[in-house]
Amino acid sequence: MTMPMYAIPGSAAATAAPERPVEAANTARLAGARSVAAVLAESQVEAVLGELERDLVGLAPVKQRIRDIAALLVIDKLRANLGLAAQAPSLHMCFTGNPGTGKTTVAMRMAQILHRLGHVREGHLVAVTRDDLVGQYIGHTAPKTKEAIKRALGGVLFIDEAYYLYRPENERDYGAEAIEILLQVMENQRDDLVVILAGYKDRMDTFFQSNPGMSSRIAHHLDFPDYAEGELLQIAETMLATQNYRFGTGARGAFAEYLGHRIAQPHFANARSVRNALDRARLRQASRLFAERDRVLTRDDLVTIAEADIRASRVFAARTH
Amino acid sequence: MMTNPTGRITQGQFSFLPDLSDAEIALQIKYGLDRGYAWSVEYTDDPHPRNTYWEMYGHPMFDLKDAAGVLLELNACRKTFPNHYIRMMAFDSTRNVETIVMSFIVNRPDDEPGFMLERQEVNGRSLHYTTRGYAASRPEGQRY
Repeated sequence: MTMPMYAIPGSAAATAAPERPVEAANTARLAGARSVAAVLAESQVEAVLGELERDLVGLAPVKQRIRDIAALLVIDKLRANLGLAAQAPSLHMCFTGNPGTGKTTVAMRMAQILHRLGHVREGHLVAVTRDDLVGQYIGHTAPKTKEAIKRALGGVLFIDEAYYLYRPENERDYGAEAIEILLQVMENQRDDLVVILAGYKDRMDTFFQSNPGMSSRIAHHLDFPDYAEGELLQIAETMLATQNYRFGTGARGAFAEYLGHRIAQPHFANARSVRNALDRARLRQASRLFAERDRVLTRDDLVTIAEADIRASRVFAARTH
Repeated sequence: MMTNPTGRITQGQFSFLPDLSDAEIALQIKYGLDRGYAWSVEYTDDPHPRNTYWEMYGHPMFDLKDAAGVLLELNACRKTFPNHYIRMMAFDSTRNVETIVMSFIVNRPDDEPGFMLERQEVNGRSLHYTTRGYAASRPEGQRY
């Protein structure tokens, strides 16, 4: 290729200069860091880890693994500062667990953490399901999957209910094509993209058995344990607090009792069931207050979920009959 | 006088500069993405100045956050058309703007013969001018 016969002074340097000076300064300081504390101070990852600890109840094994990953990335940064090159670690993950155990919530946080540590450039999360990846006719799948991947580059691609991608009962299913493209990208664009698969434990296991390539390319298999009753109660209180509600006298005990019954019933979905139960309690509280037309409602009345609101649940009714 | 001293076609931004490296292209793309532009890749083997509409490679890329996605498309285009002209276009969809706001060439053929200026004498001393690409005399696909 013919180059121009003239040179523009400083042209190469000028075009290569970073667009945002603030970020450049940050990177420069990170590049000078020699201790773990220095990296942590610059990347503010501790704030995210602290938030994770505060906001998410239970999930001890998950939190431990996230802390391990954070530690690895911090040490990698320090190594890189001293010129010790290592391949970027593969951080593709698989979240398995029962419904409502916080897989999506943790995935959101994961994008933030990886961004603060400088592993991904943008730190956004693109959540997709089978519909967004698999096309309806021949030749439709590849562009669709690539489109989703392109949107997620520089961040995290979160594939919810990933086991739906593979449908062995239909041999003409296009899901396999989407998986193939995903595998390719997971291998070649490791610096640009982190893929997180999520799904129920048993179905994900069958999915991995039929796609061994996928299983081996995912370094972190995280299993989300079910919540204990005490943890669910704590979650309920946090949920109420964020919506400016609180339990009235006896309501907390009633809700604990409610949880005891509900866990034993089928289709219990951990935190999601708690949220639904609280939403129904709010409905009952509203109609209770609605019935008393002439009463002047104080702030206290409006924020309190009374014991009766919870006791009215059909879970208790099923017990007494 | 030389009409084409560098042997390079100069269209769009940065065309008088040495070729941008991939890292520099990524920075430009990032600049556009941060302003909400949608990037697209176009190619042609007929870079006549009046040939405004080049062929699109794939769709324009809306909703992207990171330059790597656009580079992926660009590199796929380079692989398919290694000897074509390829340019990046940034579309600003702001109401009442709705136009291309950035455009620069990112791939060129090895040899760029340039254009011939034809002078046609008409009506005595009048002249009609025509620009004709030297490479354009060959059929499409065999030009560079």
